[in-house]
Amino acid sequence: MAWNLDSDRPIYAQILERIQRQIVSGEYAPGTKIPSVRELAAQAGVNPNTMQKALSELERSGLVVTMRTSGRVVTEDMEMIKQIRKQLAAEQAAEFIKQMKELGFQKADILALIEQETGGEEA
Amino acid sequence: MSGLVEIHNLTKTYDKKKEALHDLTLTLPRGKIIGLLGPNGSGKTTLIKLLNGLLVPDSGEILIDGEKPGPSTKAKVSYLPERTYLKNGATIRELLSCFQDFYEDFRADRAKEMLAALQIEENARIRTLSKGTREKVQLILVMSRDASLYILDEPIAGVDPAARDYILRTIITNYNENATVLISTHLITDIENILDEVIFMKEGNLLLQTSVEEIREEKGKSVDAYFREVFAC
Repeated sequence: MAWNLDSDRPIYAQILERIQRQIVSGEYAPGTKIPSVRELAAQAGVNPNTMQKALSELERSGLVVTMRTSGRVVTEDMEMIKQIRKQLAAEQAAEFIKQMKELGFQKADILALIEQETGGEEA
Repeated sequence: MSGLVEIHNLTKTYDKKKEALHDLTLTLPRGKIIGLLGPNGSGKTTLIKLLNGLLVPDSGEILIDGEKPGPSTKAKVSYLPERTYLKNGATIRELLSCFQDFYEDFRADRAKEMLAALQIEENARIRTLSKGTREKVQLILVMSRDASLYILDEPIAGVDPAARDYILRTIITNYNENATVLISTHLITDIENILDEVIFMKEGNLLLQTSVEEIREEKGKSVDAYFREVFAC
């Protein structure tokens, strides 16, 4: 099944984010092998050159490392994964706050809403 | 490095009146999947037939790997026509051996592997297959060649969405890195994610040649949405 991608944004950025998420969430655990470009492109239903570009960017950022024998693997640098997790979370939070402000919410309203919505869960 | 296909000032007229292509100049680079898009009557199929040497241009020139369309370019161009040409009474096994005789670059093992994955019996006769299965068989035959250029005319038009996914995956996994795949279709949404570039044709000429990502970045919309805007009736 092809990946679900937005039609109005560059594909490259979307597959990059998606793989980052898969790494941060542990779907691709530290040290595990990433499938080949062709395989991933077929899985995602995207152009192989675009997939190549996304994987190169992941390599450049250090989240994915190329091993001479085993191909591309996910970094085992936990500090780096933590960094990326923080970064993705910050982006989500910024987007959420922007949307709330568009709805006319102030900081206090937003905090109250978060408190209310997470109330049932463990703090 | 020059492109895989170089087209210079190509003009083709039917019946001395109807101009199908007018002074078309374009280059198809190597190693790309390219969408050939345009409304009905924009010249896509004429261009494809000229590339395959099925028509002769009035003027201008096509060079594929430096050669004009002819026997030697046919050896490296793998063509999926819009309409099926498979003999109804033939079995798939007969077609495999026919392709093997015709094309030096045909990889029977690759075709057999794909047929097996789809549980298509080699003993089956073409006439017994559904339309969708027939189209899959034809695509498998075409993609099992190690060609430099694949030309696919409406490869997904007649098949259901699940079969479309399979066909697109087959294209992605089977062309080699230096080969170019030219896909003509009206079903832009279904294929745009697998394309590097798109060519928009209008009234026998090139309107636009650009990358999918550039359209998305600059226009903030999909190729399909952009196409609808450009060709709005």
